Amino acid sequence: MPDLRFEAPGSLADAVKLLVAAEGPARVLAGGTDVVVQMEMDMIEPALLVDIKRIPDMGRIVQEEGGFRIGAAASGMEICEHEALCAAWPGIIDGVKLIGSVQVKGRATITGNLCNASPGADSVPPMVTAGALAHVVGPNGERDVPVEQIPTSPGKTSLGKGELIESFKLPARPKNSGDAYMRFTPRTEMDIAVVGVAVNLTLDEAGVCTAARVALGAVAPTVLLVPECADALIGTKVDDAALAKLAAAASAACQPIDDKRGTKEFRIEGTGVLARRVAQKAYERARANA
Amino acid sequence: MSKKYHVSLTVNGDEYECLAEPQMTLLDVLRDELKLTGTKEGCATGDCGACSVMVDGRLTCSCLVLAPEAEGRSVETIEGMAKDGELHPLQQKFLEMNGLQCGICTPGILVAAKALLDRKPDADEMEIRYWLAGNLCRCTGYDKIIRAVMAAGEEMKGA
Amino acid sequence: MHDILEKSGFNPDANYKVVGTSPIKHDGYDKVTGRAKFSADAFAPGMLVGKVLRSPHPHAIVKSIDTSKAEKLPGVKAVITREDFPEKKAGTGAGDMTRIAMAREKVYWEGHPVAAVAATSERIAKKALKLIEVDYEVLPFVIDEVEAMQPGAPILHDYLRTKGATGADADKPTNIVERSVLKQGDIEKGFAEADVVIERSFDSKPMHQGYIELQSCIANTSDDGQVDLWCCTQAPWVYRDRLTAIMDIDSSKIKIQQSELGGGFGGKTTFYIEPLAVALSRKAKAAVKMTMTRAEVLKGTGPVSGTHAKIKIGAKKDGTIVAAQSELSFQTGPYTGSAFVNAQQAIWTRYDIANVETLCYEVVSNRPKVASFRAPCVPQIIFGAEAVITELAQAIGMDELDFRLKNAVAKGHTTIYGQKFDEIGLIETIEAAKNCDHYKSPVPEGQGRGIACGFWFNRGGETTGTMSLAPDGTVNIILGTADVAGSRMSMAMMAAEEFGIPVDRVRATLADTNALGFNRVTAGSRTTFSSGMVVVNNARQIIGELCSRAAKMWKVPEEGVIFEDGFCRPASSNVGDFEPMSMKEISSKTTYTMGAISAHSEMNVTGAGPGFAVHIVDTEVDKETGFVAVKRYTIVEDAGKMISPIQVEGQLQGAAVQAIGWALNEEYIYGADGRLQNAGFLDYRMPVASDVPMIDTVIVEVPNPKHPYGLRGVGEVPLTPGPAAIGNAIANAIGVRPTSLPMSPPKLLALMKSAKA
Ligand code: FES
Ligand code: FES
Repeated sequence: MPDLRFEAPGSLADAVKLLVAAEGPARVLAGGTDVVVQMEMDMIEPALLVDIKRIPDMGRIVQEEGGFRIGAAASGMEICEHEALCAAWPGIIDGVKLIGSVQVKGRATITGNLCNASPGADSVPPMVTAGALAHVVGPNGERDVPVEQIPTSPGKTSLGKGELIESFKLPARPKNSGDAYMRFTPRTEMDIAVVGVAVNLTLDEAGVCTAARVALGAVAPTVLLVPECADALIGTKVDDAALAKLAAAASAACQPIDDKRGTKEFRIEGTGVLARRVAQKAYERARANA
Repeated sequence: MSKKYHVSLTVNGDEYECLAEPQMTLLDVLRDELKLTGTKEGCATGDCGACSVMVDGRLTCSCLVLAPEAEGRSVETIEGMAKDGELHPLQQKFLEMNGLQCGICTPGILVAAKALLDRKPDADEMEIRYWLAGNLCRCTGYDKIIRAVMAAGEEMKGA
Repeated sequence: MHDILEKSGFNPDANYKVVGTSPIKHDGYDKVTGRAKFSADAFAPGMLVGKVLRSPHPHAIVKSIDTSKAEKLPGVKAVITREDFPEKKAGTGAGDMTRIAMAREKVYWEGHPVAAVAATSERIAKKALKLIEVDYEVLPFVIDEVEAMQPGAPILHDYLRTKGATGADADKPTNIVERSVLKQGDIEKGFAEADVVIERSFDSKPMHQGYIELQSCIANTSDDGQVDLWCCTQAPWVYRDRLTAIMDIDSSKIKIQQSELGGGFGGKTTFYIEPLAVALSRKAKAAVKMTMTRAEVLKGTGPVSGTHAKIKIGAKKDGTIVAAQSELSFQTGPYTGSAFVNAQQAIWTRYDIANVETLCYEVVSNRPKVASFRAPCVPQIIFGAEAVITELAQAIGMDELDFRLKNAVAKGHTTIYGQKFDEIGLIETIEAAKNCDHYKSPVPEGQGRGIACGFWFNRGGETTGTMSLAPDGTVNIILGTADVAGSRMSMAMMAAEEFGIPVDRVRATLADTNALGFNRVTAGSRTTFSSGMVVVNNARQIIGELCSRAAKMWKVPEEGVIFEDGFCRPASSNVGDFEPMSMKEISSKTTYTMGAISAHSEMNVTGAGPGFAVHIVDTEVDKETGFVAVKRYTIVEDAGKMISPIQVEGQLQGAAVQAIGWALNEEYIYGADGRLQNAGFLDYRMPVASDVPMIDTVIVEVPNPKHPYGLRGVGEVPLTPGPAAIGNAIANAIGVRPTSLPMSPPKLLALMKSAKA
């Protein structure tokens, strides 16, 4: 096996060059909270690590076109401490807050959370329901990709050789809209989601849902964006009947497995329960955001 | 011979240099190279908090930082918490209120609790519990730890 | 003969100055500043790093091991396998120990060591492990003990025959190590008298001690065969004697120095990497440091016994329990040593029941060998026992605590295993529970309250220690028992009390194995009690010696001198008009009397007072997810007399949270391949700070008459009723009885569903 090489380029172009030229497995290192752990557990043996934290502006969180631009290396804690972002996208913050401990969030990024491609990643469902775009840079130029299209299966992404995510774009938050994310874990903290649900919805002045996105985590090989769940909410005041329909649609969409973290039955049922609770929370937030 | 990386960093205000293999972590550097063994290893996977340190003012698991990443960083560890032989209020309260039994989790918990109280000395019980959720303690049941942090916060507020 | 064991028991009229206070413990300062030296915090000149190759298979024959490639890797200084340990007959004590340390004929669990490497760096050592070629013949395996008992189950050891088996079963290869019955009275007759009978089955999964300090050690073997071993251990002398037993090294050539202990809870009463480090060091002719990873700790060191229990119990309408019958099975891992007898004896010790029969099976299977954990085998069995006790009380319509009180044992009761109880505090404990604020306050809406009562024997045993007086009058204690959570301080406090001096004038340190005679393992909640006996005895010897020296200096008869509050004084004015002489004045002049003043004691301590506790727990269960929140937790326990109340509280609180972990989430999860799936703190779910409430304690003090300060051990009692109390709380919250530990969300959800259906 080749010995590990570590590089911390000062520009995006250099990072791409390093990744393109890599012989053997290469990994982009942002927060490192998955990569370093997987190395420690002998799950991966990369030949090259490209640390992107020394690239200028990679840690930025700025307002852009009424929405936000979040640099790939912004840490979870930096995201949670950004007041305007917290106010606009509380559901994303719900998710980011659940990525490990304060210590872990001091390093972990939403980029890593996405590119690790675990179906249980907590920040991914609310990023998906927010309609976030990943700005991908690579040897063949740049492109914007909806975040749900990045992971393709557990541990795998659609990024090509030499490609990396530079930043995320979050759209402007419309009036009367709100989002939320919840997960189920047996402990209150320090766990991986057994199921996770994000809901982002927009209401009209009367409180009727006009648009909705619902994403489910940990119940399929990748995070699922489920139109049937959205349909259950649209046109309703997110009342009990709508919530019941939502729960049924969410449970029906699950394709879970049995594993050490939970059983199939538990996941199917839990997803429905959570979907209801999350939709209610998102609805309250949307009402408050008049 | 695998390539080693030159790492220079400050720890508790003092400058250090060492050569490190790239898969070594900041925790390994502190403990094995600099012989600053106050920072502990309980898991090496970010799940126990025993290795908690401050890196450039940010509470971090040192087991999740690779040695070359630490180049040029400023690190604070438990060894720097007492100033000129004077214990930090947290250390003092942990002693008085028995916030430690075996003591292996204590350095990490003190570093983490200080990071909280520095920004929020009046943190309440639930805030402290959630902030410290990344620091496992198997001996105390957390009760006396939480109380000691609250008492230290009281004192820091007054100061 | 030790006076202290014979006559000087507890004096209820004494007025203490130090005992019963809560001073800052002496080892605390180093622990809050990062200076305390735990096992991994040491380094030796020229030190190598050792790493272990572990079996990926739960059960396989080790046909051959080729280490030649690893040996050739630059930087590798030694590779060891089974060839480096002397053959010890399988099925004997030493034979089992050596095979747990390093596999011989077969590997018996995923994680079983098969080889180890010492190299100049960790990276090289890990690389070398990958170059070792092991040829395995994979065998069918069995993980669960009930399956292992079935006919046709894969047999671990061809030589094993069930101890206690009769008839056709007596000479068949089996996984059942022992079949054991403990009984009294007439069980049939007992049930015939019962008005209410409850019968249920329970089971529990293994959990791990979960200490945060990873096992680490440095072995340094000199060319002439002297072994120095630095490690974290609850049992330095036991480690030494086991090294002697499996490696044929004279005990006199082995010196073990214990480090600060970063948690053990029973899990560090037996060695794992230590013999490997010694063998590597011997071969490499250099110091070798080995540190386990967390995954290795979870896969390679002792969890507790998983169990199954069938329990049947009957009572009369008036609340008298008349019969209790149970059949219990215990996982022990691949080798005997589960200490199931603890559970067999303790299952009903709280109650005076005329007719009891307890049948136990100890069973081998392809799991890591179990190790002690706070009251080994007892909490998981009390989980079921206290569940049926609660159900009986409910069926009869009696208050739960009154029901327990009605059947409670008291002084003079002779247990099923033949111990006659002296002063015990069960009744006082139950009454204190009835009167505590938690029990008296109503159960909050939507919650369920659970009660359970626990017991632990508390142990004594072989204990040695010395004490010496410095010329400045300060006192130095050397202890052989490990300090698992503050016992050095309790010892210093007892000595300070004896001398009547401030505790700061006394320091206790931990001996290496050359410094003292044999000490039994620190376990069984025996340390503060047993070493306390040694310390008090030593202090009293020194006080006698001080008086004799003062008499010499004053030229008066010894009886003419008394000792009070740190000073020797004339017993009366008849003796003469002498200024009181301080410990310092006497000890600074020992050159002119008879030389230095010190004392040592070697005892096989008896008289540990049994301990009882009642736990009261309120839980709230999310009926849609099965998530359990523990809202309030109170421990009521008899601690005898407390030496340091703040430390006693700490023991109780820590145990409560371990109980919460065990009750709700902690378990070993195996895949269909027989491999442990959750070997890390992410998925081995120990409680974090936000999972638990404050833990209230109500401490009852019924002094143990056999100890000069009346103390009882408090290390284990407070775990014993925990899972049961939480189980009862959940049962009351959801209206259906959980019977399987841990009571994790998927299980509870399924249970609630089946109850609805
Ligand atoms: S050692 Fe870093 S979190 Fe456990
Ligand atoms: S005091 Fe032992 S782990 Fe916290």
